Amino acid sequence: MDKRAVIETTNLSKQFGQVTAVDRLNLTIRQGEIFGFLGHNGAGKTTTIRLLNGVLEPSGGAACVLGLTPLVDGPTLRRRTGVLTETPSLDERLTGRENLAIYADLYGVPAPQTAARVAELLATFDLSDRAEEKVGGYSKGMKQRLALARALLHAPEILFLDEPTAGLDPVATRQVHRLITRLSREQGRTIFICTHNLAEAQALCDRVGVMDNGRLLTIGAPAELTRQMQKALRLELEAAENDREVVLDQISRLGLTAEAAENGQGHGRWLISGAQYDAIPDLLADLVRAGARVYRLNPQEPTLADVYFALHEEEKR
Amino acid sequence: MNTRAIQAIIRKDLKVTLQNRGVMIPLVVVPLIMFVVMPALAGLAPLLGEGPGSPLNDLQLFLENMPAALQASLAGYTPMQQVVVLALVYLLAPMYLIVPLMVASVIAADSFAGEKERKTLEALLYTPTTDRELLLGKLLAAWLPAVAVGLVGFVLYAIVANIAAWSTMGSFFFPNLMWVVLAVWVAPAVAGLGLVVTVLISARAEGFQDAYQMGAIVVLPILLMVVGQATGVMYFSVGLVALLGVVLWLLDGLLLWWGGRWFQRAELFSRL
Repeated sequence: MDKRAVIETTNLSKQFGQVTAVDRLNLTIRQGEIFGFLGHNGAGKTTTIRLLNGVLEPSGGAACVLGLTPLVDGPTLRRRTGVLTETPSLDERLTGRENLAIYADLYGVPAPQTAARVAELLATFDLSDRAEEKVGGYSKGMKQRLALARALLHAPEILFLDEPTAGLDPVATRQVHRLITRLSREQGRTIFICTHNLAEAQALCDRVGVMDNGRLLTIGAPAELTRQMQKALRLELEAAENDREVVLDQISRLGLTAEAAENGQGHGRWLISGAQYDAIPDLLADLVRAGARVYRLNPQEPTLADVYFALHEEEKR
Repeated sequence: MNTRAIQAIIRKDLKVTLQNRGVMIPLVVVPLIMFVVMPALAGLAPLLGEGPGSPLNDLQLFLENMPAALQASLAGYTPMQQVVVLALVYLLAPMYLIVPLMVASVIAADSFAGEKERKTLEALLYTPTTDRELLLGKLLAAWLPAVAVGLVGFVLYAIVANIAAWSTMGSFFFPNLMWVVLAVWVAPAVAGLGLVVTVLISARAEGFQDAYQMGAIVVLPILLMVVGQATGVMYFSVGLVALLGVVLWLLDGLLLWWGGRWFQRAELFSRL
């Protein structure tokens, strides 16, 4: 059964003077989904988060978040959403605990639960030992973790994360990824991630949207988007060097092009372009039938990064 | 109205301000000069002595040019006492107002422009507070300390003035009713004016210094009052001070009403 839509936009737009930050954005995100919003700096990702939280007035179109109209029901909506801003936005003259305690009051965490909730989040993000120190002395990764803890204080239904792992070391990054997955899969929370990290988006997100100059270029599951690119599938072939002629002959017979790659372990290596995914078994059969000793035939599937750059290239043209 | 959120904003702003040396130094030094050094010097001035060549003779001449009402209020004092009362009760009165005004302006400048500079405003704007709660929290965070410093300063001024001038006056002469009205009725209104103007400027300014400098414009009317008193153009009677309070409170209300309409998250965000 389809889960309910928690974010819906219809031609949502935002102009700043002559600049169109968000251009007729149509988006539907369902409860529990991890949605990745990809795009260069200035693509309109942060502006979209602001519009969806009712802190910016749209120039056109409409948005509905958790059944509420952001600009009209802003305070009610923001009690149910959490935002990790691009910069941690922490009071560096206050301690980690003070930062969380003040925001617990601002987010309406019940007063008797505040101390326990703050302690729980400090422990979750491995900050308990430094909780009484001023945030100004924290490392970048610690600040990011504290900001993430702050965004979770009131257990929001939708979590907007603007570059959640920027500045984190690999261990902390993995911790954040696990947390995001747990929040979505176990607690049914919706996660909206803005990121430049395409590998992160591919690994974490159920669907991604690619933005450029305020426009949504494409949207879909990472696997679905990469499949759309399989027209340009490349194959990596490793075969005996002595069989070079046979190999190249068979490749050209199938109308494919091959370019020699660096030799591996005394074998010949080629990168074959233009192959269809379905043609792989035939190519392998033909090569073997012709007597070529094949060590490896590896389809190099496009990644989300390939999709991303291809879309941006296309957009430039 | 979410009072817990308002209290959280006040708590946050005060904690941050108290740890900012750039803000705290003027907040300590200026009141110290105004409430301790100046009344002490004015109270001790008669010890400079009488006689030909004494600067106090000039003050006597100065007194002759003051309004009749002021001269009448000083009628029962000796010439030396008149000098003390003139300085401590009348001439320094408008200057007293500078302190609550400055405290409110400095904290208010730090609360918005400073937050913008430190990049902490964005997280605050994403909280479920309404625009009105946010504005009220910010205003109270600056107004309450300003009023407190004003009242504590008034008490301190009274103590220092009476002690310093004891040898001349021989009794407790300060405060009079005008000063009570000034400290309790006018000073909070002046603080309100300073902070409303500074918050509105802060929201548009780039940083703390920027906002504080632009906000300094509200000191001008007070400086005019100082000059007015010193030149005999005006005289701080109880009636005039009470009326001044009424005008300032009305102005505060008007600016607050206007600022409340203007003060919107979307506007602040578009300037981040």
